[in-house]
Amino acid sequence: MLELSKENFDAEVLEAQGLVFVDFWSPKCEPCMALLPEVEAFAAKNAGRAKFCKLDTAGNRRLAIAQKVMGLPTLVFYKGGEKVFTFDKEALEADGMAAVETKFEELVA
Amino acid sequence: MSEVYDILIVGAGPGGLTAGIYGSRAKLKTAVLEKGRPGGQAATTMEMENYPGFFKHTSGPGVMDEFLAHAQHFGTVVLKGQVTDLDLDGEIKSVTTKTGETYKGKTIILSPGATPRTLGVKGEGPLRGKGVSYCATCDADFFEELDVVVVGNGDAAIEEAMYLTKFAESVTVVVIHDEGVLDCNKMSAEKAMKNPKIKWIWNSVLEEIQGEELVEGVLVKNIKTDEITELEVNGVFVFIGSVPNTDFLQGKVALDKWGYIPTNDKMETDIPGVYAVGDARVKVLRQVVTAAADGAIAAVTAERYLEGHVEGRVTPEMLQKLNK
Repeated sequence: MLELSKENFDAEVLEAQGLVFVDFWSPKCEPCMALLPEVEAFAAKNAGRAKFCKLDTAGNRRLAIAQKVMGLPTLVFYKGGEKVFTFDKEALEADGMAAVETKFEELVA
Repeated sequence: MSEVYDILIVGAGPGGLTAGIYGSRAKLKTAVLEKGRPGGQAATTMEMENYPGFFKHTSGPGVMDEFLAHAQHFGTVVLKGQVTDLDLDGEIKSVTTKTGETYKGKTIILSPGATPRTLGVKGEGPLRGKGVSYCATCDADFFEELDVVVVGNGDAAIEEAMYLTKFAESVTVVVIHDEGVLDCNKMSAEKAMKNPKIKWIWNSVLEEIQGEELVEGVLVKNIKTDEITELEVNGVFVFIGSVPNTDFLQGKVALDKWGYIPTNDKMETDIPGVYAVGDARVKVLRQVVTAAADGAIAAVTAERYLEGHVEGRVTPEMLQKLNK
């Protein structure tokens, strides 16, 4: 997965044409760490079908706040630089990565 | 899939992992199923200094990593999956996960834990993850140089409020009680009262959380005067107790009317060979140390059951008494 930071976020996400997936996470966030292997497996499985990125919010909090993300974990799909779908902690706890995969198939089509 | 564990534990928090340690050390084939990362709620708190022996530079996740390593060291198998269905009748019991896997056990130890309770006020749902949080370690970083409000005054609320002062510009704690009255332990209360970054609002509750895309403020209501005050904040941290994660157990084991699992002092539920430990159990003190104690007792009770000892049981009469 592509590591995002304030240096490349605009170019890789907001100015990108296709579907971009961003995992907002932090090493201090236990639920994020629990989810990370599944997120990485999901990205590996679908490599080439979209751009898969992760943003460690620890050093990039202003960037995350500008994206209206103030809670972790948050998974966001962007298309043409616009946010098209967000999974917050509550949604991820209820339905897990299965719901993310379903949404991905819908968006990638 | 044909593997039958002697002890199958549902949930790898402190209770489940301790049951794993005791089960494995008794040379019983022991596995623990966990839906997320092991450690339970304890792994989401940085400030933890009340588990015996761990008080210097320790954290919730740190202590829980030790619990996990300890259980695995003695042979506990850690499986990943969220249990959605259980068949607890008969000698061999089984659980099924969300992804369709089935695991079997001669005994089952339920350790599903609890989840933070929500406030149920206007704005809370839509602003979750946008300034409203139930996990200080997850989200504290965002609030550097910003102002936050903490709702609650138990151990978790006051300890997390102190943790938040390391990040936030100001931390205002909204307390329902009279000035100076906190439900938390005395040591934390004293420390918090002396912390210059913590402000207090007494006799009050949170009435509403405001904001368009992110939290911009809250309305605080004084319950004595009914006066409503507007407070500009960027974050709202809610620590007002928890609710047991027992929805999936409805109709499977006896639950009290609040959803907690009643047990006797051997951790036995109303079903033979099925035990419950930790925060989801009916008990007076929900802490890592009591969860661990539950786990040890449950594993020993399970061992005795497997040896053919006659066991006790939670009866309908006991349940009736609890629900009064």
